[in-house]
Amino acid sequence: MGLETKPLSTLHEVSSYSVEDFPVPTGREEEWRFTPLSRLKGLHNGTAAGTGAVVVDVDAAPEVTVETVARDDARLGKAYVPADRVSAQAFTSFEKATVLTVPRMTAASRPTVVNVRGAGAGAAYGHILVTLEPMAEAVLVLDHRGSAVYADNVEFVVGDGATLKVVSLQDWDDDAVHVSHHHASLGKDATFRSFVVTLGGDLVRLSPSVSYTAPGGDADLTGLYFVDAGQHLEHRLLVEHTVPNCRSNVTYKGALQGDEAHAVWIGDVIIRAEAEGTDTYELNRNLILTDGARADSVPNLEILTGEVAGAGHASASGRLDDEHLFYLQARGIPFDEARRLVVHGFFAQLIDRIEVPEIRERVLSAVEAELAR
Amino acid sequence: MSTLEIRDLHVSVGDKEILRGVDLKVSSGETHAIMGPNGSGKSTLAYAVAGHPKYTITSGSVLLDGEDLLSMSVDERARAGLFLAMQYPVEVPGVSVSNFLRSAITAVRGEAPKLREFAKDLKAGMDALSIDPAFAQRNTNEGFSGGEKKRHEILQLELLKPKIAVLDETDSGLDVDALRVVSEGINRFRSREDTGVLLITHYTRILRYVTPDFVHVFAGGRVVEEGGPELAEKLEAEGYEAYTKASA
Repeated sequence: MGLETKPLSTLHEVSSYSVEDFPVPTGREEEWRFTPLSRLKGLHNGTAAGTGAVVVDVDAAPEVTVETVARDDARLGKAYVPADRVSAQAFTSFEKATVLTVPRMTAASRPTVVNVRGAGAGAAYGHILVTLEPMAEAVLVLDHRGSAVYADNVEFVVGDGATLKVVSLQDWDDDAVHVSHHHASLGKDATFRSFVVTLGGDLVRLSPSVSYTAPGGDADLTGLYFVDAGQHLEHRLLVEHTVPNCRSNVTYKGALQGDEAHAVWIGDVIIRAEAEGTDTYELNRNLILTDGARADSVPNLEILTGEVAGAGHASASGRLDDEHLFYLQARGIPFDEARRLVVHGFFAQLIDRIEVPEIRERVLSAVEAELAR
Repeated sequence: MSTLEIRDLHVSVGDKEILRGVDLKVSSGETHAIMGPNGSGKSTLAYAVAGHPKYTITSGSVLLDGEDLLSMSVDERARAGLFLAMQYPVEVPGVSVSNFLRSAITAVRGEAPKLREFAKDLKAGMDALSIDPAFAQRNTNEGFSGGEKKRHEILQLELLKPKIAVLDETDSGLDVDALRVVSEGINRFRSREDTGVLLITHYTRILRYVTPDFVHVFAGGRVVEEGGPELAEKLEAEGYEAYTKASA
């Protein structure tokens, strides 16, 4: 493929396993311009030495194989090549990787929970590989808690006809820094459902991406975030349609409250010339609850073929609607309760999509707690 | 016995004065119709009394049973016993009718209704207004037709049991069947003890179903003529022309 057919939004991109191939970001680069580099605690410039202060432990369904493997395991990095400096730093620096495998034609009988616990002191790097062999089915929960300075890469390899549903909860302590890439590679007729919930942490920058290796892949990427005073929560989505007849849907919604609450959402969807019959839609909405909060939302849809089944994007950031509040208050509902109902309503349809009931309840009560602040 | 008393009310939107001295007294057992041409300030009166932030009260007072409504927040006014059925009910995404109504009843009564009792009242209320029970699970007003929204307003009126109801053009956009169903709901509410109705309308059509005790003609932001039901008949025959000329 010549340069002229390469999507504009990827022209700058370098992919490499080696951290030396990426210059230290200055903040002027398109992909770093929203991120406060000074708060990354050195994850981006090589000064954050790994001390392994993050513990990964897995509570797996009986059908799922769990391995802890060394860096040189040949399976690692097959699905995803790091596309930025922190990702490459994580790939160069992790000591052990966690590998989960769901065998061919096997349906996991219960969700598998990967607990990622930050124990404070120092930086840590991680790598997780989740492989669903053809026709396998599984539900996975990535549960991030504690205090950490953590960079990792997570690879999801979803085989032909397989279905993977992932809930990733970023429920860190207030001082945590987390930079993460989640990449899903979808085989023929594979189904991928990602539900990202980001609530805690000083700075979280999560980049979920999807690629397709054969037709019929179907990806839903859903996200919910609640940004409080001083927090920087950034989600950078990339869906690359390179084969025909695949589907993607991205829906991210966030609420922000408090001084210096900052949400960033970047949604890149690329439909390459060969990806005829693609059906895609992406949406981001931000609800700004107080003064002093800021949401940056940048949807970007690049279509290089004339033959799409559907392609669209939407982005809107706004305050609570006074008319909604007036209507509820005119029925006697006090302001705080009216506000709670409207914010609940804003998130309700998303939360209903969470596959795991316990996680659904936890997210609901977390939203409640945020509103009670 | 309840009374809503509006005294010399002046209301502005931005720099523009819309209401220019309105006096009106609605007591329980009474139905007052406010009639007037478009732009005469009828809806402004309704929203100003309910406390919509867009409207600024520049002078005058509004009392409900002697209590100063204007010093209360929107929700306090509703809990004091005021109800506004809106001309354009608001769509509230993600908040189901059932959840909304239960929150409203809880707020107005000061305690949550028992679930079984609430379900029974809701079903009876919906039946009486020919509302499909499936609406309870739909988002409030979202995707409702004009007529469905108005029925939903009257359902709230019947469930929340206010002292004084202000009905802002509840009849607009209704076909004859819906108008009859909605009017029956208003009449059920009127037949209760200690309820008064202030019915705002452009047309006399609804007054065939809901007979007013008093008719006030509104023009240029104030009441320009008052009378009994016969005044409505006169308006039906002659229109508002005489009043619009006078106030221009």
